[in-house]
Amino acid sequence: MFIKRFAVSTAFLLFVAGCSTGTGDSTTTIELTSGPAGSSTTLELPPAFPATVQVANGEVVIEAMPEAIISLSPSATENLFAVGAGTQVIAVDDQSNFPEAAPRTDLSGFTPNLESILSYEPDLVVITFDPGGLIEGLEAVDVPVLLLPSATSIADAYDEIKVLGTATGHSRSGQDLVTDMENELGLLVEEVTDQIAGTTIYHELDPTYYSVSSSSYLGELYQLLGLVNIADAADPDGFGYPQLSAEYIVDQDPDVILLADAGFGESIETLKLRPGWSGLSAILNGAVIEVDPDVSSRWTPRSLGFIRDVAEKIADQVAGG
Amino acid sequence: MKTIARGGGIRPASPGWLPISLGFGTWLAACLAGLLLGPVSLPFSDAWRALFDAIPGIHVDHGLSATQVSILYEIRAPRVIMGSLVGAVLAVGGAAYQGVFRNPLADPYLLGVAAGAGLGATVGFGVGVSSGVVTILAFSGAIGAVALTYLLGRSMGNRTATALILAGVAVSAFATAIQTYLLQRNSDTLRSVYTWIFGRLTTVGWGEVGGLVPYAVVAGGLILMQRRSLDVLGVGDDEAAALGLNVNRVRWIVVLAATLATAAAVSVSGLIGFVGIIVPHTVRLMTSWSYRVIVPLSIVFGAAFLVAADLLSRTVVAPAELPIGIVTAFVGAPFFLVVLRSVGRES
Repeated sequence: MFIKRFAVSTAFLLFVAGCSTGTGDSTTTIELTSGPAGSSTTLELPPAFPATVQVANGEVVIEAMPEAIISLSPSATENLFAVGAGTQVIAVDDQSNFPEAAPRTDLSGFTPNLESILSYEPDLVVITFDPGGLIEGLEAVDVPVLLLPSATSIADAYDEIKVLGTATGHSRSGQDLVTDMENELGLLVEEVTDQIAGTTIYHELDPTYYSVSSSSYLGELYQLLGLVNIADAADPDGFGYPQLSAEYIVDQDPDVILLADAGFGESIETLKLRPGWSGLSAILNGAVIEVDPDVSSRWTPRSLGFIRDVAEKIADQVAGG
Repeated sequence: MKTIARGGGIRPASPGWLPISLGFGTWLAACLAGLLLGPVSLPFSDAWRALFDAIPGIHVDHGLSATQVSILYEIRAPRVIMGSLVGAVLAVGGAAYQGVFRNPLADPYLLGVAAGAGLGATVGFGVGVSSGVVTILAFSGAIGAVALTYLLGRSMGNRTATALILAGVAVSAFATAIQTYLLQRNSDTLRSVYTWIFGRLTTVGWGEVGGLVPYAVVAGGLILMQRRSLDVLGVGDDEAAALGLNVNRVRWIVVLAATLATAAAVSVSGLIGFVGIIVPHTVRLMTSWSYRVIVPLSIVFGAAFLVAADLLSRTVVAPAELPIGIVTAFVGAPFFLVVLRSVGRES
């Protein structure tokens, strides 16, 4: 099971620099908080370090501000840069292709090698899964490691951003970023839900009809906009990434098809050629939206730009249709 | 099923009408179930009438909508036919290999078909080509691996089946190693590759069916024609030669036919395991040890088994899909054990 999840989370990546409206605010916040706890708020702030965070591998204590962070997760890389810890990052994995400034190496997040990781002399390592022994190995040499599994909900994504903020000395910035994201998402929901609620969607991950249900991070975003996901009926156990039957998709006849597998050579033209698909209303109406497989599979601030873009395209479809 | 199993002390050398018609009946029943059942429920009587409507020259009014008709004819029908072809090819390929190599565990996967096809598909997904090209690469990989096995087996000097099988094991291990390495380097293609390996009839249409038909027909025909020779081969290479059989000629005709057809089948369906072992052995345990019986019965029961497995794979967790390779192993392995036990107890 983890393979599917992992592949979904590792796909690829591009960032939309701070997502449209948020850029100015978040930069300011980062500057304010880059000096330890110097803010003028009346909240009583504990000293930033030692910092304690609760993650999937338990409670992790980080003694001092990390200056040599390794990220083996494309989403974590984006989130580290988003909370302002980018300058502390010394190496990221081969799939972390955003932002440009991320120091990409040939380290692998899928088959991590303890020695190669240690050769960078990290003081904090962020991973999205442990194939076995990695966490123990790092702990044995006193390198704190944060295991942040793929987000399966919006709350997970927010938690990860806050944790990364706290662990790197940018806790204010992390919290502000999450607040910004919450506000922005709230705004989007208010703006578009009336127009697009009830629209049925099918999000295609690959040409064998793997999809995302509302039990995934992306699916929850769709759900929040009032979209009706046809994959939900196929995922009673909440796994998040069910494989649908061809005939079920044809029978459901979704209003909009979101195509994350354009990289496999799929497009509205190839969809038309699939058995039984030529009469689907999404295809007749041209309501096939190609989405970036990187951005759509990661849980980062860029998700907001992505979901806004999708929502607006669907709203156009609904208005036009 | 047991009624067909015993023909007194001497077992018949040709299948006889009963097992063959039982096989056809099972296959037809599986096909009808495959057409009429699925995650989307079609009104039974309408779907039934629509099936008759499809027979050329007959027109029957049915109340199915255009969508329901396309589910019936463009999604379920090619899947059922593809399942039949793949099942028949894998089963008869397994039977043929077991006969030629006198090895109960042999099937075309053993000479590198599976590993080669897997490597071809992995390369295809890594480069990022369309699914049609992945099919071609998988086919080339399978043929390439078997060709390499053949060359290595010959270069080992002796021409026995053992040398060939050992070469096949080595080539498979080598191809799998390269495949694993490529997967490690391109972890983003993992899901596609695993989906492919677990087997898929999810996306087949009439185009894929048309591509497989010639291989299946030619291979099935060739192996059927050689079924008597397979029985003769059973006494050993030297003895068969003494009986006037051109051992090498038979071996290569059968191996080539089974390999080409299996490569064509797995390149569209993925690596569906177990069929080539379970079906021929079940047939053997229930009827006869003669290949004159096993070959034709493997074709019909192989087809029936895979159509039934595919029906399970799209209905058990509907409207989600279960990879068919998992169904064949999950259902097939225990079923096979039951057959083994019950036959063992009786004799």
